[in-house]
Amino acid sequence: MTDMLTVIRPDGATKKGYDAGLSDDGLLHCYRTMLLVRSFDEICLKLQRAGRIGFSIPNRGIEATQVGAASAMRKTDWIFPSYRDFGMALYHGISPVDMMHNMFGNAEDSAKGRQMPVHFSFTEPIHFYSISSPIGTHLPHAVGAAYASKLRGEDTVHLVSFGDGGTSSLGFHSGMNFAAVWKAPVVFLCQNNGYAISCPSDEQTASDGYAVKAEAYGMPHATVDGNDLFAVRQAVSEATERARKGEGPTLIEAVTFRMGGHSTSDDPSRYVPKELFDEWEKKDPVERFRRFLEKKGLWNQTVEDTMRKETLAEIDSAAKIAEKTDKPGLETIFSDVFAEVPGHIRRQGEFLFDLVKRRGEASAGGGEFPL
Amino acid sequence: MANMTLIQAVNDGLKTAMRGDESILCFGEDVGPKGGVFLATEGLTTEFGKERCFDTPLSEDGIIGTAIGMAMNGLRPVAEIQFQDFIFPAFDQIVSEAAKLRYRSGGQYTAPMVIRTPYGGGIRGGLYHSQSGEAYFAHTAGLKVVIPSTPHDAKGLLLASIQDPDPVLFMEPKALYRAVKGEVPEGEYTVDLSTLRTVREGRDVTIYCYGAMVPVVEKAAAQAKEQRDIDCLVVDLRTLMPLDEEGVLEAAKQTGRVVVVHEAPRFCGYGAEISALIAENCIEYMEAPVKRVTGFDTPFPNTLEHHYLPDDRRVLDAIEAVYDF
Ligand SMILES: Cc1ncc(C[n+]2csc(CCOP(=O)(O)OP(=O)(O)O)c2C)c(N)n1
Repeated sequence: MTDMLTVIRPDGATKKGYDAGLSDDGLLHCYRTMLLVRSFDEICLKLQRAGRIGFSIPNRGIEATQVGAASAMRKTDWIFPSYRDFGMALYHGISPVDMMHNMFGNAEDSAKGRQMPVHFSFTEPIHFYSISSPIGTHLPHAVGAAYASKLRGEDTVHLVSFGDGGTSSLGFHSGMNFAAVWKAPVVFLCQNNGYAISCPSDEQTASDGYAVKAEAYGMPHATVDGNDLFAVRQAVSEATERARKGEGPTLIEAVTFRMGGHSTSDDPSRYVPKELFDEWEKKDPVERFRRFLEKKGLWNQTVEDTMRKETLAEIDSAAKIAEKTDKPGLETIFSDVFAEVPGHIRRQGEFLFDLVKRRGEASAGGGEFPL
Repeated sequence: MANMTLIQAVNDGLKTAMRGDESILCFGEDVGPKGGVFLATEGLTTEFGKERCFDTPLSEDGIIGTAIGMAMNGLRPVAEIQFQDFIFPAFDQIVSEAAKLRYRSGGQYTAPMVIRTPYGGGIRGGLYHSQSGEAYFAHTAGLKVVIPSTPHDAKGLLLASIQDPDPVLFMEPKALYRAVKGEVPEGEYTVDLSTLRTVREGRDVTIYCYGAMVPVVEKAAAQAKEQRDIDCLVVDLRTLMPLDEEGVLEAAKQTGRVVVVHEAPRFCGYGAEISALIAENCIEYMEAPVKRVTGFDTPFPNTLEHHYLPDDRRVLDAIEAVYDF
């Protein structure tokens, strides 16, 4: 495989004098965000097992890619996330409560409970673009949004994140091509986490990794160790710098591993060899960053215990608030289809409200999400 | 005969077909070792090998496009689209290519293939794991559209679809995958395409439905009988294209009162075709305007999906409305 950028060695050491450009607080914020992601995963798994939410997407193993990339973005930049990017949202201060409102699909959810869990959408404190299930559709959106920024002379950069599977989608190819032709300020972040659901990388592509695909589009690229927060941060920073200078897009492949199932319903033992999990467990990205912090004198067991307790409590309380929040009202079925509700949709709404009066509410179904 | 669920019947159908004909293969996303997200293809790779049941890269356009090539060159592909909601990257391949190949080549090239895909609500899947897009496809000349509602029909219609000389979109009601069970004959048998199934005989109101709405309608029909002594004739359309038009008209004439039920949105939905067919051909038999019970003309919501989906309350409401008209 192509040379892979690594900054933090497995023992936590970096090259002498390496400066990631983050203050001590900034470094601890990165670590804390990764612990928040872990807590989010842990609590969502429990909620899903207890039938209190329908579904979640585990992030374990990918935390450093998410947080390293997010740390290179400004609040004025835009993120076009995949559904497995909790850390990018949390890093930029999107509140766990707001994310939990989506997980429970309640009235306070920014998408009014219309979308499945993990399909977040935020505009504050950073543009965290509305997630769509169809894979790859958001790549051209990022390119178009970047074109708009460029046209207005802003220095905004648009980061679009997707999986290895996403590189086979139509959106990947048109997005890459348009961005390169237009020199659009976009960073394409391909998170190669080994599998697209059950499809291993070597059945997804015959090319030598994913970064190399950029060459065909005339775009610079980098391959980085995705379990190394600084490596991801550095590559994304270089790419954003280029983009801000008007030099166009970059494709970054972060090589990492999904340490579990595709979702809370998936059983990876059907298709991931155990040895692979064992091998990657040793490369745990959070542990690697922890060792770095320890060497730097920013970490000790007390810091760890406090942070773990705090992050778990924060997510737990977010879940409790969201669970207690009301479900969306029936009128939300009919709004936002268009800017103005057309007559036929309004009448369907009136019919439903009247039906409920005459015949009572519909009973909730018991269907389970399979994947 | 074996008692099985609808998903087991699909699995049994695939195995039966593949045992009988080496040119049949199954592929799509996660259909191999994982056996498909709903386990429709469980055990196929083990029994038939990776050459005949395999995972593809994540591209519906690629899946359907290559299936067309295989079909024109002697294979019988049964391609899976993981959720019908994800079929749209392949819309071009289906609508412009598979459906038009026979016509545009004067019959020199054809694409005898099956596209299997789970459709519809019932799993809390929100906008993109719940849609019923049959109308887009039934509107396409050259493409057959089949939707079973029982395990028996699932296997029999699937085997008929695989043998059919034209491309067939085989839409499986995911809400019924494990919710219905029934007797399924062993080995080969087919249920003819373009035939209706009479689910329940009745003289008062005719209800047309298909897929996951069939059990909903059966429940409402039973309530109508119990509460108001209304006898409903329930018809499972099961092949939407080409439709058994005579059968549809025959059933409408028997009662003169018609309800059409589908979970897809109403506007330009399949119900519009049924009502137009009746209006054009047997309006003189009608005692009441046709009523449609459908999903709303909105995207498919998540938390409120049970309010969106037609249920027995809504069907009963329509039965009484046409009966009391
Ligand atoms: C167009 C489309 N086809 C299929 C799916 C079903 N699906 C959901 S996630 C997924 C795999 C995605 O893998 P990858 O892009 O590598 O991202 P990862 O989940 O590994 O982060 C598939 C096939 C989908 N969401 N969209």
